[in-house]
Formats: sequence, C-alpha cells, structure tokens
Amino acid sequence: MVKRLNNHFSQNIGDLIFEKLTLLFAVSVFLLVILMGYEMYLGSKISIQKFGFSFLFNSSWDPVQEVYGALPIIYGTVVSSILSLLIAVPLSIGVAIFLAEVAPSWLEKPVSFLVELLAGIPSVIYGLWGIFVLVPWLRNSFEPWLADKFGYLPFFRGAPYGFGMLAAVMILTIMLLPIISSISRDVLKAVPRSRREAALALGATKWQSTLIVLKDAKSGILGASMLGLGRAIGETMAVTMVIGNRSLISTSLFDPSYTMASVIANEFTEATSQMYLSSLIELALVLFIITIIINAFARILVWSMSRKWSAA
Amino acid sequence: MNIFYRLSLLIPLFSLLTHAQVQLVGTGATFPAVIYSKWFDEYRNTTGIQINYQPIGSGGGIRQIIEGTVDFGASDGPMTDRQLSDAKSKQGTGILHIPTVMGAVVVCYHIPGLGKGLNLDSRALSDIYIGRITMWDDPYIKNLNPESNLPHRAVLVAHRSDGSGTTFIFTDYLSKISSEWASKIGRGTSVNWPVGLGGKGNDGVAGLVKQTEGSVGYVELAYAIKNNIPYADIKNQSGYFIEPTFSSVSAAAMAASVNMPSDLRVSITDPPGKGSYPISGFTWLLVYQNMKNETKAKALVNFLKWAMSRGQALAAGLYYVPLPASIIKLCNNKINLITANGKKIK
Amino acid sequence: MKHRNYFLYRKKTTNVIMMSLTVIAALAAVIPLFLIFYYTLSKGIAYLNLNFFIAMPKPVGEPGGGMANAIVGTLILIGIGGAIGIPVGIMTGTYLSEFGKNKFGFMVRFLTDVLSGVPSIVVGVVAYTMVVIPMKHFSALAGGIALGILMIPTITRTTEEMIKLVPHSLREAGLALGIPKWKTTIAIVLRTAWKGIATGVLLGLSRAAGETAPLLFTALGNRFWSTKIMQPIASLTVYIYDYSKSPFEDWNQQAWTAALVLIILISVLSLLFRFVTRSKYKSD
Repeated sequence: MVKRLNNHFSQNIGDLIFEKLTLLFAVSVFLLVILMGYEMYLGSKISIQKFGFSFLFNSSWDPVQEVYGALPIIYGTVVSSILSLLIAVPLSIGVAIFLAEVAPSWLEKPVSFLVELLAGIPSVIYGLWGIFVLVPWLRNSFEPWLADKFGYLPFFRGAPYGFGMLAAVMILTIMLLPIISSISRDVLKAVPRSRREAALALGATKWQSTLIVLKDAKSGILGASMLGLGRAIGETMAVTMVIGNRSLISTSLFDPSYTMASVIANEFTEATSQMYLSSLIELALVLFIITIIINAFARILVWSMSRKWSAA
Repeated sequence: MNIFYRLSLLIPLFSLLTHAQVQLVGTGATFPAVIYSKWFDEYRNTTGIQINYQPIGSGGGIRQIIEGTVDFGASDGPMTDRQLSDAKSKQGTGILHIPTVMGAVVVCYHIPGLGKGLNLDSRALSDIYIGRITMWDDPYIKNLNPESNLPHRAVLVAHRSDGSGTTFIFTDYLSKISSEWASKIGRGTSVNWPVGLGGKGNDGVAGLVKQTEGSVGYVELAYAIKNNIPYADIKNQSGYFIEPTFSSVSAAAMAASVNMPSDLRVSITDPPGKGSYPISGFTWLLVYQNMKNETKAKALVNFLKWAMSRGQALAAGLYYVPLPASIIKLCNNKINLITANGKKIK
Repeated sequence: MKHRNYFLYRKKTTNVIMMSLTVIAALAAVIPLFLIFYYTLSKGIAYLNLNFFIAMPKPVGEPGGGMANAIVGTLILIGIGGAIGIPVGIMTGTYLSEFGKNKFGFMVRFLTDVLSGVPSIVVGVVAYTMVVIPMKHFSALAGGIALGILMIPTITRTTEEMIKLVPHSLREAGLALGIPKWKTTIAIVLRTAWKGIATGVLLGLSRAAGETAPLLFTALGNRFWSTKIMQPIASLTVYIYDYSKSPFEDWNQQAWTAALVLIILISVLSLLFRFVTRSKYKSD
C-alpha cells in the first residue's frame, strides 16, 4: 500500500516537474518577446524624449546636425511594400487558383514544390540577382523605355539609375509571390468540395464556381496578403542591395529610396553618437510594433477562416 | 529523438577544434581596407597572430571603439572631442590616433567615350553634389574641359550610405572651399546628401560607378586604380589641375605636417603648395591608451611597430602613400604610450 | 434563341479567358525562379572548384582563394542557433499542445506567431544590444543567439501541430498501462511525432542558414579560420552580401559561387526534410 502510494506520489511529481519544465520554456518565449520590446524601448528612450512624435513626421535624416526624422524612410517602406503587394496579390491569387482549381494533380505537385522552393531562397541571393541581373536590365532597357513611352507621368522621371524604388518593388514582388500564393492555395483548398460541386451541378462554369470559392476564402486570402505585407515591410537584404539607400520622398519610381530595415542594416554599426544609435533603435522599435499589428491582424483573419470551415 | 542528440553532440565538437592563440578584432574604415587586409595577412604569416579586421566604415570604427566591442578601431576622419570624452567615460581610458598611411580621395567617373583626365574644380564638385549640375555637358564643366567631348547624359551621383571617413575627407574639403556646402550640409562621416545613390563602403561606391554609365563618385585612390575606373584631376589652391599621385599626396602631407597637432588629428585637405592634390587625408588606427588585456596589448603594439617599418614598404604597391619619416617618428612616440593595466609594454 | 447562345458564349469565353489568366500567373511566378536558378547555377558553377571549399579568402583585391571559413562558420552559427532554438521550440511546443489550453497558452501561441513575423534585422538589433554590448565582443555566440530566436517560432508551431496529430488512442493506451503522463508524452507521443518535429527543425535550420541581416552586427565576419564561439565568425550569407557590392570582379564571381553553395546546402536540408516526411507517411 505504502509502495503504491509512493509510486503514485512519484508519478505526480514526475508529471508536475514535466509540466513546470515545459512551462518554463513557454514562459521564456513569452518573456523573450516582451524583453525584446522593452530592450528596444530602453535603447530608443533618448531619441523618443528628444523628438517625440516629430520623429515620425520630420523629413530630415541628418547625422551632422543630429536631427533625425523618419518620414522619408517610412514613406519608402510603405510605398515599396504597398506597390509590390498591389502587383503580387492579384498574381498570387491567379497562381493559387491555378494550383487549387485548374491544374491536374500531376502538374500541381511539382509547381507547388517549385513555388515553395522559391519561398526558401535566402533574401541575400535575391539581392545578388537583383544587383547583377535586374538592375542592369532596368538601367539599360526597361527604365529608358518607360521614360520614353510614359515619361509624361511623374512616376517615370529622372535619371535611370537602375537602383531605386522600381528595382525594390520588383524584387519584393518576386519574393512575395510564393509566400502569398502558397498560403492562398491552402486557404482555397480548405473550402469544402461541396461548394464547388453545388455550383457546377447548377451549370456554372469553372470560373463561376471559382468565384464562389474565392468569396468563401476572402478573409483567408486577405490574411495571406497581410502576412505578405509584414514580410515586405521587414525585408532587409534584398531591398538594401537594390533600393539606392537615400532618404528621399519622390514620386518617381526611378529615384533611390530607403526603408526602415535597410537604414538599420546600413547605419547601425556605424552610428557615431548616442542620439544616432538611439534613433536607429527607435526605427527598429517602430518596425517591431508595425509587424506585431500586421501579424496580429493577419493571424486573426486566417484563424477566423479556418475556424469557419472546421466548425462547418 | 536520436537526431537531436546527435545534433547537440556536434556543438561541443566544434568548440574542441579551437586553438588558444591571440586574436585581435578591429572594425572601421573601408578606405585602408585593401592595405590592412594585406598587412594582417602578412603579419599572420610571419607571427601567427590573427588580426581580424572588418571594414564596416569609419563611423563604425569610432562607434565600436567607444562601445568597447573591439580591440581597435580605424577611421579616416578623426574622432571629435565629444566622441573622445564619450569613449573616456565609457571605457575609462583615452584613445590614441595613430596614422598608418595616407590616401587620396579621387573623384571617379564612368562616362562612355571618355577616358582619363577630366578636369574638375571645387565649384564643379560642390555643384554636382548639391544637384545644380545635372548633365555632363553642363557649360561649366565644358569650360573646364574644352578638349573633351562630353556627352549629353545625366550625371548619376554616387556617395556613401554608411558612416565613412572617405566621406569625411570629401565633405571636409567641400566645406573648406564652399561656404554654401559648409552651412547647408557640413562635414561628417555621414551627411544628409541632397542628391545621389548610396553605396556601402568604398567598394560599394566603386562598384556603383563601375556598373553605372554616366555616374560620378568619390573613392579611395586604390579602389579606382584596382578597378580601372578613370578619375579626375582636381584644381588646387594655387590653380593647377593635379592628378592624384604619390608625389602630389606627399606634397599635401608635407605642407600640412608643418604644424602637426600633438594628438595627430590633422586635416590635410585643400593644402597650400603648387603640386599638392587637394583631397587627401591620413587614415588612423584608434587604440586604447590603456588596454585591459596584456597579451592583446603586446600583440597590438608589436603590430603597430611592424606597420611603421615593414608595413610602410608594402603601401606603395597597393597605391597607398607611405607616411613621411617625420610623421613615423611621431607615431612611434605615440605607440610607446600604450600601456596594459597601467604598466608599460616591453 | 440567339440571345441565349450569346450569353452562353460570353460565359464560356470569360471562363476560358480567366482560366488562361491563372495559367499565365503561374508562369509569371515560376519564371523568376528559373531566372534566379539559371543565373546562380551558370555564374556560380564557373568558380566552383575544390579550392572554394578548402581555401581561405585572399587579402582584399587579390584574386583566388575560397570560403572554407565561411562554410564552417555558417554550420557553426546554425549549430549554436539550433542548440538554443531546438530545445526551446520543442519544449514550448510540447507545453502548448499538452497544457496550453488556457489563457497563457493562447498568449504564448500569439507571441510565437508575432515572433515569426518580426523582421530578422530587428532580432539582430536586439542581439546587439543584449549580447554584444554587455559582453563587449562581437561573437559567433551573439549571431547564433539571433538565429536561435528566429528558429523558435517555426519549431514551436510544428511541434505543437505534430503532437496534435498523434492519435489519442496511443496516449490513452500509455496512460491505461499506468505509465505517468510525462513518460507517456516523452516515450510515446514525442516518439511518434518526432519525424514531423524533425521536419520543423530542418526547416528552421535551413531558414537560419540563409539569414544575413541578423548576422551583420552580431557575428560580424572574419577573414581568418576561426571556430571559437566567442570570436567573430564568417558566414556564407555575409560573404555574399560583401562580395556582391564589391568592385572586384573576382569577388562578384565568388558571391555567385557562395550563393550556389548556400542553395545546395539548403536544398540538402530540405531534401532531408522531404525524405523524412515521406518515410513518415510510409510507416503510417
């Protein structure tokens, strides 16, 4: 009897230790994220105190005068992400429809594999390709052609450097495509077959039944796009390597620009004053907060989608 | 689970491969990176001491020596008084500036159909970098180059995106000769550029210029020569167009070293003298006067002495200008001031 | 009648047009992949020789040399990252699936999702302020910690998902035999799910191998052979970045080769991943 009790007791102890041990790690992950935010807040304190909200709205990034305003950098980040998203989302939806609805399975598998492979290529390799293939092509062929045909538009003015906003948008688009399309494909596939079959039985064409599926999958695709947006905003290497690196607000896509992540990559180790460093950490903090908001929003959308169909 | 065990077993294995030997770490200027990497390679071959130098920019060299994350820094722009006092309060020791070599900042360009020998003066340079001159066949540039056939092409301006001593030398020069530049932009390891593309490092700017037709940029002489990029002759104080060469940079150093300050922080841009090239400068190693680790201090002092003797002989082959003998003497005096925990290095 | 046909015709044409558009979109997505692979392969292979794997980098501007130190450096960095990310990820994932059906579990799940979206450069900034500055040294350790943090979300979520896939009957069988819960979890549940978890681990490792941004100001770089974890260390990705913006053509060449080697390294990891997942389905 005593032995059994003992045994029982040790079982409980074992379970307790096991639970607390795994809890410890879960708590450490929890604390890690909190600590990251706190550490960046500490590091950026003097810049926050000095510039306040003007940090976000001042357009001069001037290390000589020790005045740091992130407006052109935020502008560059937002414009490059939004433009690339505008191109990548429709294309990705097309790819997702192709994979989930159109392609026969012998074609779907290898194409899906290729698309996922593209998602696994390190961003520095995209940048390498950007520098040596994309940028020279933009400079020598595409940008002069754009300037020639559409030069009356404010978007295609100025010297064709090759490096600049256009190059960044194109690289980001290529990088976003596999991410958004593979999630969208999963979302489309999550819509029950019965929805399609019902439409087809009523004499709808493939496209009409796809429209119905798309409507069902709306929030999931929106979530996928938000995840893509998060990725675009935080993308560092590929963008830094082709965007031209100057804080500038310009309507022309030919002009160089800067994003938050690329400013940090370029200037972080070499910020010579406390205020400079603090401003860069504040940029990282802003980036951190923005990605938290975007990701939270995206996850909620994707969750609501999966819950909808798992409940049905 | 086996795989995880095996993976985790690999990690101590890696650290077993380590060997106990002195390794010094330094970061900073890209301007002297070509000669430094040669020096450190040679020095490792002769002494076995590894000096790991990462050219991340002069701003980085200054920043990291203030933070104490490196054993030495390197910069082409001297540290400001404010930075020196920052370092003193953070690291509890002064910082010595040891000049190692000299170099010229050259204005290199990539104009189709135009080889060497473009003439530029201070006004042309500041106008290009302010954005007032936007085409290569601008009347002002044409006037300086009556014989050259300048194309009607946009001037694509390249500058540094990182904190850089090359930028310091270049903007120091422009600030000296243009009051507009001095008031609007100023001098520094990084400044708020009115126009142009940012490239990271001297190699980044040289890469941009080399890859981009119609571009102009400023880089260290060695980067221009090694990459076969043509560079401009610049008009000096006395009104001569001077090609950056050993003798024209040495002339600038000799002219400027007449009144060398005791801490060796000196600017030699826009010097007097008929044959002086106007945009050149020293590059410094930044070292702690009192180091905490004696082995490291010893290694560093020995290296610095080696750099002042044998090292200087390697400079010319890599298109850097060796220090004049008078300055080497001043440097050796400084090197002798380095201590480890307050004790002299033998 | 004609009227009806017109609508049918329109309906059919729209169908054909839209379906062709999806094919074009798929092509547009796959073409850049081919371009990137084509260039990496054709430019990278030119320099691919034994020397690249066993020789050290030459001084700046001198042609030749290899990246032996960077290849080893990348392996060490993902090793350190794995030493941190794998245990934390697996344990946290286990917690989430076994005990995580409460508010705290929800928070942790949410924060790991957030962490997976945090730009890697931000993790680099944090690793610099939290590791490099206090230790007063750039080091492989700092870089490895940054990579480890980046691996946590992938491994955590895969572990949680994989454990959930383990049939309840297995677990109940263990408990019915009087085996304590912790032993059941380790000996039965984790054992059954380990192949799935391993795929998550491999995915995390291969992503870490491709990271550049968090290494720039943590591991820094090293032109010498160094395997010490307290010293700066070289990595393939940082070399690709440095060499790609270099004016030296020889280095540009080597950047392509390094890219090729990196892709091969990652492909080997992801082939392992495929192999592991496949054998999992076979055994089921």
